[in-house]
Amino acid sequence: MIFGTLIKQLFSKPATNPFPARYMPKSVTALLAKVAAGKATIHPPVPAPADLRGKIAYDREKCIGCQLCIRVCPAKVIEFLPENKKIRMYVARCTFCAQCVDACPVDALATTPNFLLADTDRFSKNLIVD
Amino acid sequence: MNNDSINLKVGQCAATTYSVPVGPVHPALKEPIRFTFNLDGERIVGVDIKPGFAHRGIEYMGMRRNLIQALYLSERICGICSISHPLAFTQAVENAAGIEVPPRAQYIRTIIGELERVHSHLLWAGVGAHELGFDTLLHLTWNVREKSMDLLEELTGNRVDYAIPIFSGVRRDVPAEKAHLAYEALDYYKGLLQQMIDAFLHDKSVEMRTRNVGALSYDLAVDLCAVGPTARASGVKKDVRQDMPYLAYADMEVKAITPEDFGTEPHGDVYDNIIVRLLEVKQSIEIIEFCLENLPSGELMSIPKVPALLATLKKASGEGLGRHEAPRGEVIHYVRLEEGIEEPAVWKVKAPTYSNLMAWVPKFLGDEIADVPIIAASIDPCMCCMDRVHMVDTVGNETTRMKEELVRLSREKTRRICG
Repeated sequence: MIFGTLIKQLFSKPATNPFPARYMPKSVTALLAKVAAGKATIHPPVPAPADLRGKIAYDREKCIGCQLCIRVCPAKVIEFLPENKKIRMYVARCTFCAQCVDACPVDALATTPNFLLADTDRFSKNLIVD
Repeated sequence: MNNDSINLKVGQCAATTYSVPVGPVHPALKEPIRFTFNLDGERIVGVDIKPGFAHRGIEYMGMRRNLIQALYLSERICGICSISHPLAFTQAVENAAGIEVPPRAQYIRTIIGELERVHSHLLWAGVGAHELGFDTLLHLTWNVREKSMDLLEELTGNRVDYAIPIFSGVRRDVPAEKAHLAYEALDYYKGLLQQMIDAFLHDKSVEMRTRNVGALSYDLAVDLCAVGPTARASGVKKDVRQDMPYLAYADMEVKAITPEDFGTEPHGDVYDNIIVRLLEVKQSIEIIEFCLENLPSGELMSIPKVPALLATLKKASGEGLGRHEAPRGEVIHYVRLEEGIEEPAVWKVKAPTYSNLMAWVPKFLGDEIADVPIIAASIDPCMCCMDRVHMVDTVGNETTRMKEELVRLSREKTRRICG
């Protein structure tokens, strides 16, 4: 019964998203450097919706240190810095529910569509927001 | 060893049954559970089921967090039912605290809940095809399923664990500029549904592997308190959305789907399970369409400010029960709130698989060992949803307590407390 569908698929584009490079490069960083220099091209990433709940952005200036975000965070991502009454977030623990964004009374927190957060070090610069 | 003794041994083997353990970790299973099958040749003559390998103590963790934190924990009870558990949990807390939910929020909860049913049933159908060895159908089904995942991502911001319901409402609107995406997805499914039904239900190899395999009679389904599609495949017209309407379901006529809607007599076998789940995808699409067309205007939350919500929940005391028809069946959350503490005093979760577990025994009996994967998958089991208790003694050995002993322990505790 699905034979017709299968025949049709021979002539249509794959349903899956293409891998960035056609073949596995010898060095990923070298390829990315080439792409940055404009010497090579990769398949662009699939666009994410603008209101995707990705990495949380933090506006340090707006923050008043009320700690409401710490009270509602289910994953205990947020650490309070008592010396200057600001917060620090460890994104490696984040569950991306964005409840802290809803809780913030001064809109110091916001969601960004950035979801490329894979890292080998959970304390790397990319994974700590402060 | 002479020939006579060999012949004797062969003869003895043929006359006895032998037991085959499957699991806790086994390629035929998606999640850990242990079956011990007694086989007579290829035929299953007895089965013992031992759950309890995926217990995580979620209720205990939730009772040590405030209610908003526990809400996101409830979402993680199950990765597929990641809206069903929060929907039941929010209803339980709202009932306990007496919080009103605005109509628009109820409709949006319904839309997301039904979208989850669409993707969960298609996921199940794909897994079923895979267990039969029909991987082409698995990939086709999961390709079709992607559309609902994309729509969920657009509407909620997350592909799984949507974080949409909150006590007193929902956190995200379905705005008019995104409704066209939903309609587009619904049209896509309407066009493909007949094709899916043809691929599964009018396919000779699927029918041969699933008809009269894992049958569960109407009486047994009622006696064993099966829920969800497992019960409905046996012809039991049981659906929380029909029996006790909640959210937006009260505004529409939701009818429990049984194989009779497809024009066949219910057998309760795997084929009937496929019928029920595919027809429920169609039903869900109709419900989403109704909700989108009749989406009431108004606010999203009755208590929009988080500090006010936390204060209301801290003041509240009482008991609440939340029920929701999850894709796998009825999920129940019980919550007791006490004044002055932010944590739930008691939180009890009953996942649908717990009710369907015993339906496995009559389903397995009389079938062949090769049918184990598809019968195990037919109730759409979710072990980590279900495992609420794991008993170990003080040195870490596993123990099993039967009903009589639990009753005795309970009575002893009463005596101890009363002095």
